[in-house]
Amino acid sequence: MTTTTDPQTDSFHLSQLLYDSRYRSMTIQVVALIGFVSLVAWLVSNTIVNLEALGKNFSFGFLGQRSGYDINQRLISYSSDSNHFTAAAVGLLNTLLVAFLGCILATVIGVTAGVLRLSRNWITAKIMTVYIESFRNIPVLLWILAFNAVMTEGFPSPRDFKGDNATASMLFNDSVAVTNRGIFAPLPIWENGYQIVVIVFLLSIAAIWAFGRYAKKRQELTGDILPVFWIKLAILVLPVLIAYFVLGRPIGLEYPELKGFGFKGGLNIRRSLIVLWLALSFYTGAFIAENVRAGILAISKGQSEAAHALGINPKNTMSLVVLPQALRVIIPPLISQYLNLTKNSSLAIAVGYMDVRSTLGGITLNQTGRELECMLLLMGIYLLISLAISGAMNVYNKSTQLAER
Amino acid sequence: MNKSVIFGVLTVAGLAAGTASAATLDDVKARGKLNCGVTTGLAGFASPDANGNWEGFDVDVCRAVATAVFGDPNAVDFTPLTSATRFSALASGEVDLLSRITTWTFSRDVDLKFEFAGIAFYDGQGFLVPKELGVSSAKDLDGATVCIQTGTTTELNLADYFRTNKMEYEPVPIETNAEGQQQYLAGACDVYTTDSSALAATRATFENPDEHVVLPEIISKEPLGPLVRHGDNQWGDIVRWTLNAMITAEELGVTSANVGELAGGTDNPEINRLLGTDGNLGEQLGLSADWAKNIISSVGNYGESFARNVGSETPIGIARGLNGLWTEGGLQYSPPFR
Repeated sequence: MTTTTDPQTDSFHLSQLLYDSRYRSMTIQVVALIGFVSLVAWLVSNTIVNLEALGKNFSFGFLGQRSGYDINQRLISYSSDSNHFTAAAVGLLNTLLVAFLGCILATVIGVTAGVLRLSRNWITAKIMTVYIESFRNIPVLLWILAFNAVMTEGFPSPRDFKGDNATASMLFNDSVAVTNRGIFAPLPIWENGYQIVVIVFLLSIAAIWAFGRYAKKRQELTGDILPVFWIKLAILVLPVLIAYFVLGRPIGLEYPELKGFGFKGGLNIRRSLIVLWLALSFYTGAFIAENVRAGILAISKGQSEAAHALGINPKNTMSLVVLPQALRVIIPPLISQYLNLTKNSSLAIAVGYMDVRSTLGGITLNQTGRELECMLLLMGIYLLISLAISGAMNVYNKSTQLAER
Repeated sequence: MNKSVIFGVLTVAGLAAGTASAATLDDVKARGKLNCGVTTGLAGFASPDANGNWEGFDVDVCRAVATAVFGDPNAVDFTPLTSATRFSALASGEVDLLSRITTWTFSRDVDLKFEFAGIAFYDGQGFLVPKELGVSSAKDLDGATVCIQTGTTTELNLADYFRTNKMEYEPVPIETNAEGQQQYLAGACDVYTTDSSALAATRATFENPDEHVVLPEIISKEPLGPLVRHGDNQWGDIVRWTLNAMITAEELGVTSANVGELAGGTDNPEINRLLGTDGNLGEQLGLSADWAKNIISSVGNYGESFARNVGSETPIGIARGLNGLWTEGGLQYSPPFR
């Protein structure tokens, strides 16, 4: 006679939560979650209690009040009569401007330095090593201040351009002045008929794109390589020039001139922008250079050897064989470098550049005393910028990845 | 179980931190030192000397308050603050007292919840320009590039002044006085604007002060004074009456030289009340009876502090002017000690 014992029906004991491996991980997670939520709740309640103790309320109403201060560099119309919200928008645009310019220049510098550091020319490689190591290992704030000191003390003041015994003079046939307040350059003036020139210019760009496709197709079919660069340059420049002269020069230039206390008219690129832009670009460029070098070294040597064996010259080997493959390795860390550059631009106030940190998080915060609201807004703004950049770069990253068939 | 105890304790601690700021005097006494916020360096108002000791007119107010509480002018920890960080430092309790050339305005008093203890210095915003520019009036400054400290009332005054006079200018924001001085001397701005006392102090440190001139226009009222947080009236009273004691002492002719002698008792009942030989004014403040006597003997009266730090005998050379006693045509006027 056999007796079958039914498997004992599970009776749940509390101790199983701790000793039974089926439940333990869940217990740990629940405890951790409770801990985290309590921490957040404590922070929030502490903030509310302290704000109440200080007699402060939480409101974003101050954004609608008159700001009362002036901003030197403004990409949209703004005066001291505008409200704090507009001031924050002016600052945000300035942040985006320096971040945009910085990302472009940093990429150019980084790719150049990264490729040259692998050069077989000893001097070039060592110079790039010195550049990369010195910029990577010194805080960016010091570089910003150093660039600022060089430009403030090293370039002439507008006063030096004045009078009969002027000690400084303008460059390029009296059209550009480099001073310690910034660079004053000619500004295009749009006169009647400029629209046609602009349309011609846009059409040229479209033509260049179409030509590029045609040349590529032709190369794939016949193997002929056209002098693409020179043809593209001709398409870009010639039609615009012809339209410009046929229409009787509808785009003029307004030159800066010495007037009153300094230079008036023309385009004024302020010292603060130049300094911040260059310092951020060179600093981030050094990191990008290392990413580029790593990307190139990650490509198997067989690739360039095969290219050489096929008779492709070293320049084309780099640009057609190695770099396109290296991009897959380079782009992900490149995204974080762009984010770093954008976030580092919040050091702008050190040189008096009016970015969003200096307007919303600086003057507005000081004049209204709304620390918490301003800081939360700032964090939100930087978070949005960063997410937007990484979103856009991830799309680009996907397009460069190996297409699997 | 243990965790919830910890969080309970943390919550209580957080609540306690929220209300702990009520009795500043007790906190200061328990700490043994006064935390005082001053400028990051402005000759005559607050700057460290060659030995690292802070000195200046604002510093004297800190020392006077420390003397009132502890009887020791050196029982102070100085915290250098930029104009942008000063209010958060005071509001958060990092400093007990802010004595940092700060203008008394409605919104700082009411909206930012601070309490100004009085006006230690009557000032106004002026313009410093190099003589070679040939400018004799602020009305000639159309199109000028102006260095301006951000986060100050001067920034708003400047915007208003140029707007009312329909002039244009290019602001160059800077963070500290030292930075402004460097930018101005390098010619990166044509004009430096801030309170005229600070301009005089800055000009005094130039290599060639004679090549620069402070323009005659004063474009604003800048009543500067020490301030404390709202809500602790006892502490506010101590700072207010410390300042008043210095002013009253000058009015009554009590100086650091004769205070020891006068403290023995005089025929003037107000001097006796001030120096604690009569009445219990010190006790009412929660201080010792000889609090004011200690202030005068270690820091001096208002006039002595003014003359020592910024007066016409110093390189800064500011005349008493509005800061003279009311009996001498100025505005310094203390309510009576009774």
